Amino acid sequence: MLKISNLQARTTKEKQSILKGIDLSVKSGEIHAIMGPNGSGKSTLCKTLMGHPRYEVTGGSAKFNGEDLLKISPDKRAKLGIFLGFQNPVEVPGVTLGSFLRISKNTRTKESTNPVKFFKEVETVAKNLKIKPSFLDHSLNEGSSGGEKKRAEILQMSILKPKLIILDEIDSGLDIDALKTVAKEINRFFKENSPAIILVTHYQRILNHISPHFVHIMSEGRIIKSGGVKLAEKLEKEGYKNFIK
Amino acid sequence: MELGSPKGLTKQLVEDISRRKNEPEWMLKYRLEAFEVFSKTPLPKWGDDLSEIDFKDLCYYVKPKDKIKTSWEAEKDSFGGTGAQFESEVIYHSLQKELAEKGVIFESTESALQKYPEIFKKHFGTVVPLNDNKFAALNSAAWSGGSFVYIPKNTKVDLPLQAYFRINTQKMGQFERTLIIADEGAQVHYMEGCTAYSCPTESLHAAVVEIIAKKGAKIQYTTIQNWSKNIYNLVTKRAHAHKDAHVSWLDCNLGSKLTMKYPAIFLKETGASGEIQSLAFAGKGQHQDAGAKIFHMAPKTTSKIVSKSISKDGGKNTYRGVLKVDKGCKGTKSHVSCNALLLDNKSISNTYPLIRVEEDEVSVAHEATVSRIEESQLFYLMSRGLSKEEAVSSIVNGFANPIIKQLPMDYALELNRLLELEIE
Ligand SMILES: Nc1ncnc2c1ncn2[C@@H]1O[C@H](COP(=O)(O)OP(=O)(O)OP(=O)(O)O)[C@@H](O)[C@H]1O
Ligand SMILES: [Mg+2]
Repeated sequence: MLKISNLQARTTKEKQSILKGIDLSVKSGEIHAIMGPNGSGKSTLCKTLMGHPRYEVTGGSAKFNGEDLLKISPDKRAKLGIFLGFQNPVEVPGVTLGSFLRISKNTRTKESTNPVKFFKEVETVAKNLKIKPSFLDHSLNEGSSGGEKKRAEILQMSILKPKLIILDEIDSGLDIDALKTVAKEINRFFKENSPAIILVTHYQRILNHISPHFVHIMSEGRIIKSGGVKLAEKLEKEGYKNFIK
Repeated sequence: MELGSPKGLTKQLVEDISRRKNEPEWMLKYRLEAFEVFSKTPLPKWGDDLSEIDFKDLCYYVKPKDKIKTSWEAEKDSFGGTGAQFESEVIYHSLQKELAEKGVIFESTESALQKYPEIFKKHFGTVVPLNDNKFAALNSAAWSGGSFVYIPKNTKVDLPLQAYFRINTQKMGQFERTLIIADEGAQVHYMEGCTAYSCPTESLHAAVVEIIAKKGAKIQYTTIQNWSKNIYNLVTKRAHAHKDAHVSWLDCNLGSKLTMKYPAIFLKETGASGEIQSLAFAGKGQHQDAGAKIFHMAPKTTSKIVSKSISKDGGKNTYRGVLKVDKGCKGTKSHVSCNALLLDNKSISNTYPLIRVEEDEVSVAHEATVSRIEESQLFYLMSRGLSKEEAVSSIVNGFANPIIKQLPMDYALELNRLLELEIE
């Protein structure tokens, strides 16, 4: 489904090289965890895959079901079925979460969605995520707590039904109970829709709830080691020092 | 001379307008005095260049070609066609019976002058004196059309009273005059929509609106203006709020070449409160010089000003505000907030807030922000499938929403649609 080969990217303005050759293949029904120290380039990889203008690709390729992702704008990537859950979701004053869900959903389907059915679905997922209905009338991420923002990201994911889900530190900012709630919803969605998931995280904790099929360790713009769940456990115990020279 | 007057305003034409409207002597005198003031008063030196207005080349009076009758709750034709004012003269909705029986008056200003001479004379020109500014003087001399509203004591009108103003003739000046009086404890919401379609040449709109809210009365005045982009829109709007009365102006300004409009509220007695909220859009070649003026003239008065402006393609928005608190007005509260959104680097936003507080025991706050659409916002919205245009449009709507959501549903939808067309 997603095939990244030798992907290299730098910042558009300063021309600072960040991704130095990433290779990664992800299939439907697979969960890949990416771990790595601060500043190793995890968020940059996520944003480059989504097409953030702040980064420019200097080499390599990224294909989604054979289609060259790097040539198309972020909205087209979204329409192909790629979803990025942000490490820091952006505030958009005045646009309510509820109306935004409808606007973004309508970009996917030709025929406009049945409002009653749509609202039912939103209500159900919101309930799964313990989001109060009144929160849907709240401006998108504006003044929301860290945990509220992350839950709103997952709500959008479930409603938009993407095929490739990239979650950048979805666990940061969540308390223990919220983490369980969010993980449960991700697992439900995964079971029912069998998407591909890339899960960027610093902590073993979320992997206790969502079990990845693969774990990759990133350092200085490269994936330096890949393995199974055991790798994450080892990392939790020993830290990065044994992996990074 | 059914179709219109010759170009240019002269003493003779003023007399002619008055005679044709069959006005009492005092109104003729009033017009003539205003004409003198208008002729002598120079153009204002602040604001923007008005020297392009050729007063001699304008048409000052046009008789309506079509008479359109609609019901009180007239359906509207996207701010355009039907309704109260067609060109200069007002064609009035027949008043809902039970309201008429209660003594509510909703008439064209000229027919109110004929039918209710006492109440008319008692209030006309008491809020905006004819020598207030050049354009108020012009209006006082040449006025035609506009609404007259009177709500008797303790009467509440639930549905908004609506009027539509439109300029159809080129090089036409439009000078409607509106007077709204809410007697003690009365409540009313008045809405006006303004449009002018594709005038090939510049036109002038110089209206005067006077509002009087007596003890405990509540008046809301809502304007949605979408003049075509060669119209000078120079409007004087002012309200008096008496004891415990509340006046609220809600002003949405799109279109026009230059708008100069600063709705004002005089909080004249204890407990009075006022609110001035505005939304302005300026695109290429447009300048919205708008603002708000509040005068706290009594203790325990409160006010709120919210100004939001959007500039695009080199468009210019200016906020010009006055907030005055007189000595002795203890317990006054006021909050002013001005937010500007710039859609590109060519566009301009200026803020000139004048705040003069002569009393210590007050709470006055002012905040102003200028924001741009951020790359991170665009990326976030696009990552959910919105095209760049849709993302910009969502951000603009979100910015404008606190004002737009206060409008009745169909007006809100229409305004959103107009904004979308502008930023496309
Ligand atoms: N737009 C940018 N301009 C300049 N430098 C950038 C930019 N984006 C990222 N960087 C730099 O690139 C490196 C990688 O950043 P990135 O955010 O991808 O790291 P990360 O692995 O996600 O870190 P964390 O675990 O802290 O989230 C950092 O050194 C960062 O400072
Ligand atoms: Mg990161």
